Amino acid sequence: MNSIFLNISLFIVRVAKSLAAQMSLMIFVLFSSKSVWADYDVNILPPVTPISHQIYGLHMYILYVCAAIFIIVFAMMFYSIFKFRKSTGAKPDVNFHESTLIEIIWTIIPFIILIAMAIPATKTVLDMKDTSNPDITIKVTAYQWGWRYDYSADDFGFYSNLSTPWSQIGQPGVPATEAKGKDYLLEVDNAMVVPVNKRVRLLVTSNDVIHGWYMPQLGVNQYGIPGFIKDTWFKAEKVGVYKGQCSQICGKLHGYMPITVEVKSEEDYVIWVKSGQAKWGKAAALTASVDNSVSRSDTQAEDPAKKFTMAEAKAHGEKVYATNCVACHQLTGKGQPPVFPALSGSKVVQGPIDQQIGVILNGRPGTAMQSFARLSDTDLAAVITYTKNSWDNNTGKVVQPSDVKGARKT
Amino acid sequence: MSATTGGYYFAPPSKWPIIGSSALLFMAAGGAMAMNQIQPYGWTALAIGFAILVYMLFGWFGQVINESESGLYNPQVDTSFRWSMSWFIFSEIMFFAAFFGALYYARSFSVPWLGDLDNALIWQGYDAKWPTLGPYIGQTASNQFGAMSPWGIPLLNTVLLLSSGVTVTWAHHALKANHRGQLIAGLFLTVALGFTFLGFQIYEYMHAYSELNLKLTSGVFGSTFYMLTGFHGFHVTLGAVMLTVIMFRCIKGHFKPNQHFGFEAVSWYWHFVDVVWLGLFLFVYVLV
Amino acid sequence: MAYTNSAVAPTHDSGHAGEHEHHDHGPGSWTRIFTTTNHKDIGSMYLWFSLFMFFVGGSMALLMRLELFQPGLQILQPELYNSLTTVHALIMIFGAVMPAFTGFANWLIPMQIGAADMAFPRMNNWSFWLMIPAAILLFASFFVPGGAAASGWTLYPPLSIQAGLGLDMTILAIHILGASSIMGSINIITTLLNMRAPGMTLMKMPMFCWTWLITAYLMIAVMPVLAGAITMLLTDRHFGTSFFNAAGGGDPTMFMHIFWFFGHPEVYILILPAFGIVSQIIPTFARKPLFGYASMVYATASIAMLSFIVWGHHMFTVGMPAAGQLFFMYATMLIAVPTGVKIFNWIATMWRGSLSFETPMLFCIGFLCMFTLGGFSGLVLSIVPVDITLHNTYYVVAHFHYVLFPGAIWGLMAGVYFWLPKFTGRMYSETLGKWHFWLSAISFNITFFPQHFLGLAGMPRRIPDYALQFAEWNMISSIGAFILGFSQLLFVWNIVSCIRSGEKAKDKQWEGADSLEWTNLPSPVPYHTFETAPILK
Ligand code: HEA
Ligand code: HEA
Ligand code: CUA
Ligand SMILES: [Cu+2]
Repeated sequence: MNSIFLNISLFIVRVAKSLAAQMSLMIFVLFSSKSVWADYDVNILPPVTPISHQIYGLHMYILYVCAAIFIIVFAMMFYSIFKFRKSTGAKPDVNFHESTLIEIIWTIIPFIILIAMAIPATKTVLDMKDTSNPDITIKVTAYQWGWRYDYSADDFGFYSNLSTPWSQIGQPGVPATEAKGKDYLLEVDNAMVVPVNKRVRLLVTSNDVIHGWYMPQLGVNQYGIPGFIKDTWFKAEKVGVYKGQCSQICGKLHGYMPITVEVKSEEDYVIWVKSGQAKWGKAAALTASVDNSVSRSDTQAEDPAKKFTMAEAKAHGEKVYATNCVACHQLTGKGQPPVFPALSGSKVVQGPIDQQIGVILNGRPGTAMQSFARLSDTDLAAVITYTKNSWDNNTGKVVQPSDVKGARKT
Repeated sequence: MSATTGGYYFAPPSKWPIIGSSALLFMAAGGAMAMNQIQPYGWTALAIGFAILVYMLFGWFGQVINESESGLYNPQVDTSFRWSMSWFIFSEIMFFAAFFGALYYARSFSVPWLGDLDNALIWQGYDAKWPTLGPYIGQTASNQFGAMSPWGIPLLNTVLLLSSGVTVTWAHHALKANHRGQLIAGLFLTVALGFTFLGFQIYEYMHAYSELNLKLTSGVFGSTFYMLTGFHGFHVTLGAVMLTVIMFRCIKGHFKPNQHFGFEAVSWYWHFVDVVWLGLFLFVYVLV
Repeated sequence: MAYTNSAVAPTHDSGHAGEHEHHDHGPGSWTRIFTTTNHKDIGSMYLWFSLFMFFVGGSMALLMRLELFQPGLQILQPELYNSLTTVHALIMIFGAVMPAFTGFANWLIPMQIGAADMAFPRMNNWSFWLMIPAAILLFASFFVPGGAAASGWTLYPPLSIQAGLGLDMTILAIHILGASSIMGSINIITTLLNMRAPGMTLMKMPMFCWTWLITAYLMIAVMPVLAGAITMLLTDRHFGTSFFNAAGGGDPTMFMHIFWFFGHPEVYILILPAFGIVSQIIPTFARKPLFGYASMVYATASIAMLSFIVWGHHMFTVGMPAAGQLFFMYATMLIAVPTGVKIFNWIATMWRGSLSFETPMLFCIGFLCMFTLGGFSGLVLSIVPVDITLHNTYYVVAHFHYVLFPGAIWGLMAGVYFWLPKFTGRMYSETLGKWHFWLSAISFNITFFPQHFLGLAGMPRRIPDYALQFAEWNMISSIGAFILGFSQLLFVWNIVSCIRSGEKAKDKQWEGADSLEWTNLPSPVPYHTFETAPILK
């Protein structure tokens, strides 16, 4: 069917492109934001693991078989459409309406074809499911809306979040203020890193709803199911950076939790582990993820003893807010009640510091408000200060990293 | 249209369906609001809806009974009733199947899995034995519950339901032999047994809550236990009420020895509820 | 609704009222739609209702396509987008396709088996009117605090546990719809088993009756299971049970198993009656009996049976044991065999026939090609390893729209064009019909064919915003969707103008037609038919 697919699709593209031209014009006027034309694929992305190679082959094989069947079957149909038309005086052969022999034939043949498909598929399934003797094991924990990777053996772990700023995404009605980068929605602050040509075993789970750890090129797609651990594996054979996304709807930001896996050479991997342990060692596990606005321009070092001035705090807090909070509570701080309450004018925000820190560290169980304990003390202090002194809120209070640190202990 | 049509009785236009639908609208809206603590609207709407529903049931079934008594139902209509009742009971079986399926899945899959090696990473030291509170809820001492012995009330209830199955069959034979006295006696016994069963069931629930600390919230065991027994109890209630109606109809002299599907339908239903209980007794009580 | 249906209005004064007095206020007074027990009235009500819902659900789809026209968030909050996806699916499945099939069943089954009406006319009326409260609940859920259900139509916990009032309304709406379909199915099955005219043996029934017999059986079997699943969801949400909560020893995966035990048979509920309609139309325009009638019956039955043991193919990525994956893969692939038999039989029916290509036939031919394409993509998905890379991508979306739109919907549209002359006594416009077909055919493929590529390239479903390499195919798809959507207005226009001012139709409009409604009844069919059973030769 591939060949047919391609021809038809090329035709479609031709028709559609011209249409697209006009339509997009119209849309420009409507949304006055410009459309982007990337080059497009028509097939599975290039495989880089033994499994995904098998998958690729299987898909091609089945595609071609189906194409063949399709052509034969519909050749018959179109033949009769052209041959036996009333307009050309065809007379119906009313006695031709039963034939046990034919029925048997066209029951058996498909059956055989299916067996021919099932055999290689079965082999791949068994390989896929064999997670035995891995070289390294990584625990993958999904949450709304990001990932955490724990390299238990090397005793460190870190969070991995979308790093595309909301200024590129925009909000309904509020067009994006920044052009979309080439890795739009596929970029993360901290990628999972694995060594090349090693069997990597993943233990996938979730701490809220079901998510899907989906990496097309690695041939992995595994649900993370809260309360259960499911394992899968891959062995990347090419150094490089590979992209994937959460595959199972997990709420508001399901579309905004990408996955990046960086396959490094043995040596580079070792180096990375060292730096990782330094950066995210178990001790620091809680304050692990540095929010990306910082990590991209590494100005803001982690300094718990830091004393914020209102100006500093608000400036930094605004960045933190724009990455972690804006999606639900909105730039205006008005939120989208009742699911995503307004911060502007909120009692909690205007209320005592500790109360608000508590909510942010522990989240609100049973709601979309999850724990942000993963953010650093400085980030939390800054963002809380920002909320306490923006929009309709002007409490004049400045929260210090030490306050957050204190709250963590209790 | 009517008996002009080859004897098969086709009901004339009726206001009952639309009334029933509005009842359900009220009940659904009310239920949804009540569950989300939107009061008093929730309960009010629920109550209104329920009232309308009861009104509809009386009206609709009253009409059916009149039609049946005034001999509008010919044998073909009778066959239709038999088919439809059979299929209805089949759908009920599938409904219960969903809950039995949940019980089966919890016992043979999810609980063992939660206890296995991989998941030890999350739930250290959870010993996955049935009955269970689950790995997390089970960690709180105050949630622990005592197991329910099958050989007390449950066994008694089994006996009650089984004998009620016998009495209803006895009544049926009496009806066919046109012994009205025995018929009514048999029905009365059946109804009595049915309500006694319910009484014991309620007592058992109170016992479970107060003494055993076995609650709806007691992990997947509590969930399946109350869902299955509760849903069954609900069906027993319906069955018992319908039997009562049938009994009063018999007292009024309804049904003929050769034509009495109303009676049979309810007795079929009763036997079905009976059989489900046996399944319950085995899988919920005995095999813990 | 039914008032506009002139299949009823004219016949009243055309002498039929006199034949016998009915206790109802006869056709004409529109208020009867609340109380009517006439299978033709109720059939029309079902059909109008589902046409309306089709447009509502479609409009939601168009909103989604508008958001997906280009990357970035333009018009919909992600939460609202998810709600639209969810309700779009629920409305199309439970509000458009299933009621439409039931509408045809109401109209046709009594006429095709020579019965005067359905076995339970009063319950029939209730089956219809139950859908109205359900629809009201679904629509209203958009306006309650928290908005409509946004967990996808599969309502997987724990996501569906997080949601608010809207999800409860959805659950209760589905409960009511379930009750409606169970009653409808019991009615249909009883009618088919007990109301056939003397001499109308089961194996003489038109194919449409057979497919509905089996569909009704499927519905009675799985609707209660769905009810059970969402009931447990409800108690988990509000009464502290832990069926789907690991903390209490439950498992979210359990919900998926129960849901898909309903869900897969459901998708055949959505296609089997369409098979039936196609099996009526193709022989008619081939002027030649359906090829392999018996094997068609057996094929349909085996599809139904197999559909109970394949549900796991929706869950290959939950991490089920290899044995489970293999079992479900084999079982799923097997369904290709009986389905193939049907495709081959239809083509063999056209073989050595005398074909003409009126609108219904066009839609059937389109059905054959496009449904088979969808079937093939289904087969690709049934291969576990391939499904691993395609699960929850747009490849799946493409797959099921290929089987649902050219499958279920085109089957229905073919049926509408085919029986409109019989129902209304008037002809639709062939030219408009052909335009409708070709526009739909082309724009449908513009809409959904590129989604295969999106899926293969790894674009997840249920997202309002996407990476740049998906931009082009999405734009094309959105454009197609709008053409597709607005072409459907031709359909409505054609129906309305047909009822209003179409020219008179012949009693046997299609020379090749051979079922009772064509051979033994005038067009338009009288309000009451076969009050004395027809004599079958
Ligand atoms: C009308 C509805 C309908 C129909 C008829 C089908 C038919 C089939 N479907 Fe589909 N399916 C859906 C509706 C339907 N499906 C929906 C709605 C979903 C998504 C649910 C959700 O997640 O929201 C879905 C999802 C879905 C999945 C899960 C994908 C995923 O989530 O990862 C799979 C996987 O196996 C699948 C497989 C099949 C198969 C094998 C068939 C077979 O029945 C097809 C058989 C037909 C043919 C094969 C073509 C004709 C045959 C021949 C010409 C004979 C010769 C052919 C061979 C020998 C190959 N379907
Ligand atoms: C029978 C079932 C059916 C039908 C007919 C359709 C029809 C369509 N569907 Fe739908 N769809 C589903 C069943 C169906 N769908 C299901 C089950 C899902 C999965 C949901 C989930 O993931 O949970 C889905 C999901 C789904 C998605 C994926 C969303 C996502 O995953 O993010 C998309 C995206 O393109 C889509 C698009 C369309 C389009 C463009 C049509 C078109 O065919 C619609 C054509 C348009 C119309 C017919 C309306 C015409 C309206 C006008 C002309 C405007 C005028 C209006 C009035 C007069 C009122 N559908
Ligand atoms: Cu996480 Cu979708
Ligand atoms: Cu399926």
